[in-house]
This record gives sequence, structure tokens and C-alpha cells, in this order.
Amino acid sequence: MRFRLSQKNIPILSTFLVFILLYLSGAFAYKGFFSLRVFINLFIDNAFVGIIAIGMTFVIISGGIDLSVGSLVAFTGVLCANLLSRTDIPPYMVIFICLLCGAALGLAMGSLIHFLEMPPFLVTLVGMFLARGLSFVISLDSVPIRNELFLSISKASIPLGNGIRLPAYAVTFIIMALIGAYILHYTRFGRNIYAIGDNEKSALLMGLPVGRTKIFIYTINSTICAAGGLVYSLYTLAGYPLAGTGLELDVITAVVIGGTLLTGGVGFMEGTVIGVMILGLIQTIITFQGNLSTWWTKVFIGILLCIFILLQRYIAARKIQDKNK
Amino acid sequence: MNIVKKKTSLLNFGLSELSIIYPLLAFIAILLFNLVFTEGFFHIEIKNGHLFGSLIDIFNRGAPVILITIGMTLVYATGGVDLSVGAIIAISGALAAQMIRPDYVKGILEYGDQTSLIMVLLVPLALSIILGLWNGFLVAYIGVQPIIATLILMTVGRGIAQLITHGQIIVFEHQPFQFIGSGFFLGLPFPVIMVILLFALTWALTRKTTLGLFIEASGANPLASRYMGIPVRVITTLTYGFSGFCAGLAGLIITADIKAADANNAGIFMELDAIAAVIIGGTINGGRFSMAGAIIGALIIQSLTTTIITRGVPPQVVLVFKAVIIIMVALIQSKKLRDQLSLILHSGDRPS
Amino acid sequence: MPDIGNVLLEIRGLSRSFPGVKALDAVDFTLRRGEIHALMGENGAGKSTLIKVLTGVHKKNSGSIKLEGKGFEASSPMDAASKGISTVYQEINLLPNLSVAENIFIGRQPMKGFNIDWKAINMNAKKALVKLNLEIDVTLPLSSFSTAIQQMVAIARVIDIRAKILILDEPTSSLDMAECENLFKTMNRLKEEGMGIIFITHFLDQVYETSDRITVLRNGQFIGEYKTAELPRFRLISKMLGKELEQEMVSPGNTQGDTPARKEPFMTLNNVEKKGVLFPFDLEICEGEVVGLAGLLGSGRTEVAKLLFGINRPTGGTMEIDKRPVAVNSPRNAISHSIAFCPEDRKTEGIIPDLTVRENIVLPLQSCRGFFRGISRKEQEKITDHYIELLKIKVSNREQKAGTLSGGNQQKVILARWMAMNPRLLILDEPTRGIDVGAKAEIEKLIFRLREEGRSILFISSELEEIVHTCSRVAILKDRKKVGEISGENISEEKIMTTLAQEGTGERL
Repeated sequence: MRFRLSQKNIPILSTFLVFILLYLSGAFAYKGFFSLRVFINLFIDNAFVGIIAIGMTFVIISGGIDLSVGSLVAFTGVLCANLLSRTDIPPYMVIFICLLCGAALGLAMGSLIHFLEMPPFLVTLVGMFLARGLSFVISLDSVPIRNELFLSISKASIPLGNGIRLPAYAVTFIIMALIGAYILHYTRFGRNIYAIGDNEKSALLMGLPVGRTKIFIYTINSTICAAGGLVYSLYTLAGYPLAGTGLELDVITAVVIGGTLLTGGVGFMEGTVIGVMILGLIQTIITFQGNLSTWWTKVFIGILLCIFILLQRYIAARKIQDKNK
Repeated sequence: MNIVKKKTSLLNFGLSELSIIYPLLAFIAILLFNLVFTEGFFHIEIKNGHLFGSLIDIFNRGAPVILITIGMTLVYATGGVDLSVGAIIAISGALAAQMIRPDYVKGILEYGDQTSLIMVLLVPLALSIILGLWNGFLVAYIGVQPIIATLILMTVGRGIAQLITHGQIIVFEHQPFQFIGSGFFLGLPFPVIMVILLFALTWALTRKTTLGLFIEASGANPLASRYMGIPVRVITTLTYGFSGFCAGLAGLIITADIKAADANNAGIFMELDAIAAVIIGGTINGGRFSMAGAIIGALIIQSLTTTIITRGVPPQVVLVFKAVIIIMVALIQSKKLRDQLSLILHSGDRPS
Repeated sequence: MPDIGNVLLEIRGLSRSFPGVKALDAVDFTLRRGEIHALMGENGAGKSTLIKVLTGVHKKNSGSIKLEGKGFEASSPMDAASKGISTVYQEINLLPNLSVAENIFIGRQPMKGFNIDWKAINMNAKKALVKLNLEIDVTLPLSSFSTAIQQMVAIARVIDIRAKILILDEPTSSLDMAECENLFKTMNRLKEEGMGIIFITHFLDQVYETSDRITVLRNGQFIGEYKTAELPRFRLISKMLGKELEQEMVSPGNTQGDTPARKEPFMTLNNVEKKGVLFPFDLEICEGEVVGLAGLLGSGRTEVAKLLFGINRPTGGTMEIDKRPVAVNSPRNAISHSIAFCPEDRKTEGIIPDLTVRENIVLPLQSCRGFFRGISRKEQEKITDHYIELLKIKVSNREQKAGTLSGGNQQKVILARWMAMNPRLLILDEPTRGIDVGAKAEIEKLIFRLREEGRSILFISSELEEIVHTCSRVAILKDRKKVGEISGENISEEKIMTTLAQEGTGERL
């Protein structure tokens, strides 16, 4: 029994191990790596990736996938920047409109996936096209954000002593991760997500609201993603239609190395947060190394994702073998 | 009751069996639009024994997309999808340029000995095939979902391309190699010749041998196919390898045409064009494929792009149109939607 | 304690047809409180349709269903469950990655304010399972337990919804002896509490061990309701198979007694086994011989076929072809040994519905030749036309999609596919299921012709008449074990049935 228990936890344990190993090797190899500032920067630089990874965790646990997140970040950023610079719409309203647009896209995609039984990858691929295209429709170039409210939000931070501050968007990430973990663990909606990802047919036979939950998952994910887009525009103080290209892989990687099964039914919000931190560590280490091209980041992330997928497949194969014995 | 059945089957027939008619009509519609609104669209002239004109241009510019569409069609028919083609384009182009100018990235502008054309072609193509086979291996033998397996290479691949070029845009001069991108042969641009050759080759390979049938069988019912002795895994892997090859070829054409390797932008978003083309062409995800339909699909995408750009709309905005087209076609093909529609349409004359 | 013995569920004259089939034809069924009622019948008897109508998967065409004297109609399995009729299916419809406790309570978790009350869930789950004599760690994922325990969890879930009627659909097919015993104990306890249990199984021993009454269905018709104690198992089998023994079954006997001249063994199995699927199994199949596998559904017939064809690999024993040891480890490999297999499940394992009849027929022939040595279109058409004519396949033309054919014609297409291969051993798993009498006769004729040509055939069927009529040797399977082999003139329906009716201990009834 104990062995089986640990088998279920292998992915998340190995995630944690990878994090510790990376962190320690960074701390030993580079001067100044082992500092609160570097650690806090992990949260700051990856806040928007982390926020989007929270939504993606919901989607992947439910057995789906969303490829539109990168484009939606760009769209939200461009929309926000343009509404602020070209119109008189109050900034709070702008934030609301951006979130609403995200929700609408998610609702549309979720409905297509549920009602017409279209494969999620195809629907969200179209969503990816659409959002990217629409951001180009709004603007072809980067638009700076000069709104005072936004500037003040981007500057707002919690002092942690030693002149180190935790900016508002990093706090947003942490709070959202906590809420995400709460939803997954303590609400019926959260548990239904697991049930659908585990076995949709069973979930249906057990009387769970499969359709409603599925549509809701995609709606929430896109809304969260729009929030991530807003955070990204706060971080860069601009809206850029080419922002977030390839972001979907980063996010999916973070979720997968965080122990969420791509086949659905198993996953942890805590794992996702560690997964995001690991991506951040890789970036930081490459920066500290100095002579490595930043492109190694992508390569390392891909290799890591590959290793974790192979690990997942291996565990799944072992399980079937155990069953037959 | 009988009437109902007939009506339903007619509806089914009209939308699935004749699906190649719809893309063809759409293509003709776009051409007609241009006939009316774009001056000289159908004008073809001969300069120095070479054909020029908007129509030729569509074929020429569309060549890379058509090439990867050919590979994507087969992958799609096995029930998969290949998102990594754009990245493989970047890798293949980067490698070719790097081989032509090995020291450029170190800031040395001399060419050294001219690399033989054979090597410049063979090495990138071989690498592209290997990358494709890797995708296939993950999908067929490890059981990773196609979308994820190829997503890995989609992003890592661009990283690899950047590492080859050290993040720079390698520009070069290499007459024999440039011919692939901008040369003329028998009066036609060489990329068009390549498309015709690859199409003929693929058609012969899939329709003159049993390979095409095996691909369709494997995609439509993998279990039954296995029971009939069809090597389903090998075939699936091969289609991904072929898709890699097509992408590699497209990468060479693009690089040779612009005489530069841009790891960042070469082939970007092109996987989406290819998927759109395949879907428009009526190929089923796991089942029957139509190579001709897919190529018409690619031509629709390209002519649409050209048309929109000639009307002064920024090229990036074309993405929106593409998205709309894919979703429309997907809606038309959706069996579920058809079932529900026919249910609504005929609910009146059905005995409760 | 509610009045045990009262009628709980009363079904009268229930009918349900599907296009071309009358799945249920005026069926009666009565379930009393505190009773375990076995529902028996071979494939296509209407058991599953009855359950599906009862639980709201299908609508009835006519007839009445009364639960506790009041009219009952369910719109879905969920609806049925909420009205007191719960079903535990053979494939366990639970969530393997979630904890045992959560599987019992998902969808109706006890809440504490806005939060799910995990403590209460785990405690209540523990209590619910203790009632079933099961003490396990309910916080572990369901998949870490055996199928038997998962089955119990499924029962715990439905009992907790306070079911009046529990339907157990083949619950024991993957349980071992001890696990079955535990399940039966649970069933008895529930019965004592006044629950009515409908028990569907293909294990006769279990029917006699647990049930109070038996209702037999055959071909959608109600055959009768009997007290288990008053129905000898021999009679039960004859009712299920539709053979009245009282009429002194003069079976046509074995018309194939005359052993063909060629009697070289083509394939020999020595102690071939697969753990958890099939006990060690011996079989010899000679050239020019039709060997039958007789046994009820789930007796291991299909499993033997799948081992022979390399779909599953055995865990022990040896196989020989032409007296040389071989390892058949994939269908492709089996085909290269000239073995062919018509699977039982046409839809998922046999036909490729999107491809044409011609393509469906020539595919294995093509795959045998490889990619490049294709068969010319003309030759393909010739082969296809030949078999369309030979097997009288009803098609509008040879390019018709195979998915649009009727079941019988699809079966013929699959047969044609393998006959075109000219295999030395043809495995037929229920080749006549769901096809009309004419087609059956044609398939039989075909088997004889192949035999004359010196081919070997392994013939699997639930219809004893067919087996007796066509086979020159019959291996009898029961509970995944070979319990006998008869040959020549010894083959008769009676003999097969008496062998099947023997108890597990070997005692005769």
C-alpha cells in the first residue's frame, strides 16, 4: 500500500526535488544567487505566467487543453493599452472590459467544445488565431501605457525589508494561486473538474453536471488569462500584439512538471506554482551563467517537459502492468 | 418516416461526400472577386521566358504552405496533428544558411570554401526527417497526445534554430542554392516546380501504392487495422517523418528565396495555415484524406491573403479571416451540429 | 424491517423494438422485497435491454412498470437512482484517480459552510464500507485497490443513495473466489434489510449459490420465472439455449464424424495460459478440421482466440505450428503464420466503416504484400466481386461505405476479407451473431468448403446447434478453464450441456 501511495506522488515529489536541486546548484555555482532578492524575483518575473498557469491547471485536470492563452495575453494587453490611450473610459472600466472579453472568448470556446463535441485543441487553436489577429486589428505596434492608475498599480508593492519589495502583481499571483487551490480542493465545482478529467463517462453516470462544468472551466481559464494579460501589461507598461508567442508551451510545461497529468484527473495547484518557479529558476540560472544564449531557456523547458511526460507515461504503463498481475 | 430518412441522408451526403466541391467553389469565388475588383489579376505575361502574374504569384508564394500542407494532410488522416512544422522550417533554413556561411555568427564575413549544394540540401532535410520521426515516435510508441508531442518541438525547435544562428539573421549569397527559392525552370518559378514534384511523388506514394489506404485505415480504426496486420505504429511514425521532410523542404525554399535565415520569423504561424488548409480540404481527423482538397485549401488561404493585402489591409490581420474560415468549415463538418440541425429541421414530421 | 416477500417491482408485457429487432417482446418480471433474483439468458436474450429500459436509458414501447405499486418511469440512470433503482455495472463507472471516500460522495458532498467537509466524507465513507465488511483506508485513490473492492465501493455509493432495488450487472466477471464470497455476503445482508437485488451473471454456480428466483429470457421473450431451488441447472441451461430436453433431443448429431484423410496437426497449444484471464489450456487443431469452442458467454472462448492470434500474449505454455515451436506475438505475426481472425465485436475490431467494401476486403491481403506490391485496381475489383457473389453480400456497389451495410453483410465482408487471404487457420468468433438464417446457412456451407480444401477452422459460437452441426471436435470451456473435449460421434448438444452443468467441484448434478 505504501509503495502505491508513493507512486501516485512521484510526479509532484520529483517536481519538488528538481526545484531544490536547481536552486541548490544555482546557489553553489553563482555568487549572489542565494539571496532573497533573487528568490522574490522568481515571483515577480513569472507572475503573469503563474496566473495563466492557474487557469491552465483547471483545464488540464479536466482533460482538456487551451492553446489560445498566449494570444489572449497579447489581445488583452493591446486592448487595454488602446482603450486607455485612445478613449476616456475610466481605467477600472477598462480592466472590467478586458476581463469580460476574455470571459466571452472562453465561453464561446467552451460551448463549441461541449455542445458540438469539437476537439479542444482545434477550438482553442482557432481561438489562438482569432485573438492574435484581433490584437493586430487593434494595433500593429506596441502601445505604451501612461495611465496614472495603472502606473501607480504597477509601482504599488509590499516592502519586505532590505529594500526588497513585492509588487502588487506578484501578490495577485500568490492570492490567485491560493484561491485556485481552494477551489480545487474545497468546492464541488473543483472536485467535478477532477471527475470529468478522470472519466467523463463515469462522471456523467454519477450525475455530475459535466457540460456546465466544462464550459465554466474554459470561461474561467480565459478570464484568468485576461487577468494575466493585464498583469503582463502592468509589468511591461505596454500593449504589444506579438506578446506571449509560445507562452502556451511555458504554461503547459509549468502545469505538467507540477504533477498534473495531461490525460486529466490528477493535478495540484501547489505543483503548478512550483512548476512556474522551476521555469523561473532555469531562466535565472541562464542569466547568471551569462555566456549562454537565452534561447537555451526554451530548449531546457522543452527537454524538461519531455522528461516529465515520459515519466507520466512510464507510471501509467506500470499501473496497467500492476493491474494485470 | 421514409421521407425523413431520405432528407437526412441527403443532408449528410451533401456535406461530407462532396466536400471537395465547397473548397473549389470558395477558391473560384475568391478568383472571381479579384477578376472584378483587382486590376490585372488574371494577367499573365512572359518575360525572359518566365511566366509572371498574380496567379503565378499565388502559387509561388503559397509554395511553402502547400508543401507543409501535403505532409500535414497525411498526419491529420492518421488522427494526429503536427504543430512543429513552423519550427522545423526555421531549423532547416537556419542550418542551410549556417552551412553556407559557417563563420558568419562569429563575425567573419568571408565564406571560405563554398559548401556543396548537395550537402546544403541533404543535411537540413535529414535533420527535419529525424525531428519528424521523433514526433512520430512520441505519438505512436510512447502514446503522447499528438498536440503535446508536437507542441514540444514547436517551441524547442525555434530555440534550436536560434542556437544555430546564434540569434542573428544570417544573410548569404549562394547562387545554386538561391535557385531553389527564386529560380525559374520551364518558365515556372522553381518553388512551383517543387510543389508539383512533391505532389506527384506523394500522390504516387499514397495512391499508387497501398500506403494511402493504410494511412486511412489506421486513422479510421486503429484496432481493426492492427488485427488486419497493418503496422499502424510504423505508419503513424512515418507520416510524422514525412511531415518533417515537407517542412524541411519548405524551410529551404523560404531561406533560399529571401537569402537569409531568420530563426524568429521563418515559418511562423504557418502550421495554422496548413491545418486550416487540410480542414478546408475535407480531410477527416482519422480517416479519409484528400490531397487535392488540401492543396485547394492552401490556395484559398494564400489567395485570400494576397487579396486582402492588395486591398491595403495589414497582413497580420489575415489571421482573423483564417480563424473565421476554419471555424466555419469545422462547423459545417461537425457531425453533432448536423445531427442537431436535422433534428430541428425534421422534428415536425416525426411521430412523437 | 419492511415486509419481506412483498412485490417491489412489477413489470408486465414490456416491449421494446429497435429497427429490425424486437429486443423485448412482452416481457414480465417480478421482484420481491428481500430477494435476489437472477436474470438469465444468452447474448441477445434481452437482459441488458430490460435493464436499460428500467433505468431510463431506453424508452419502452409498451407495457407497464410498477415500483411499490405505483407507475414508474425513469428518464435517465440518474433519475432512476434518485427514484430508488441503482445499477452497478460490470465496468466500474467510478473515478480511478480520486479517493475511495470521494467516489462514494462526489456530487453530494457534505458541506461545512462554503467548504467541502472532508472529515465528514472520510468518516461517513468509512462507516458505509464497514457496513459492507470492508475496512480500508478510504483516503487512498480508488485505483490502488482490486477490482473487487472497487465493486464494493460502487455498491457502497448506490446504497448510500438509499436504493430500494440494486441491479448488479455481471459484477463478478473479474473477481476471484474469495472476492465473490465477500460480495455474496454483502448481497445477503442487503437482502435481509429488505432490498431487492437483480443479479445478472453468466456463472451458473453463482446463480445457484445466491439467488432465490430465476427469470429466463431468450430472444427478447419471457421464458419463465422459477424458484432456484426447483430448477435443476440442466433445465436452466436448456431454457436459456432453447432446447427442451423433455423432447428427447434428437440432435442431428455429428454429421462430421468421418474424419478427413489429412490429419496433420496445424497448430498445437500446450498449457497456454494468461494469468487472470485464462487457465492453462491444451488444444490441437488439425488440417482440414473444424474445432469448436463451446461455453457460455465469458467462459474464456474469445480469450483463447485472442491468444492464438497474437493480440494478447500468453504468460505461460508453448505453441507449435507444423510441430515447430512458435511465438505468435502480434496479429501481423499471426497472419504471416497464415492465421486469420474474425473478431466477435464487428464494430470496434472488425469493420472500418469509413472505407469502402472493396477496401475492407482487400486490406489484409495488401498488408501482407507490403506497401509497394499493390494489387491492381482491376484485380481488387475482381476479388471483391468474386466474394460479393460467393457470399451473396448485399451491396449497391462495391464502392459503398462498409459502415452503411447491415450487420450480416458487414460480417460477410469481414469473412470475405479473410477468405481472400486463403489462411490455413481461420478463427471465427461468433460469426453468425445477429445475422439472419439464410446468411447463417451460407456461412456454414463456407466452413465446410474451407474444410474440404484442407483448412483448419476454430469455431466459436453460443449456439450449440451450430457447434454440433459443424465441428468434428469440440473443446468445452467453463469459467476460463477447459472442462472437457469431445469428438466425432460423441458430439451432441446434450453432452455439451451436461458438461457445462457440472458443478465447479466436478460433481454431476
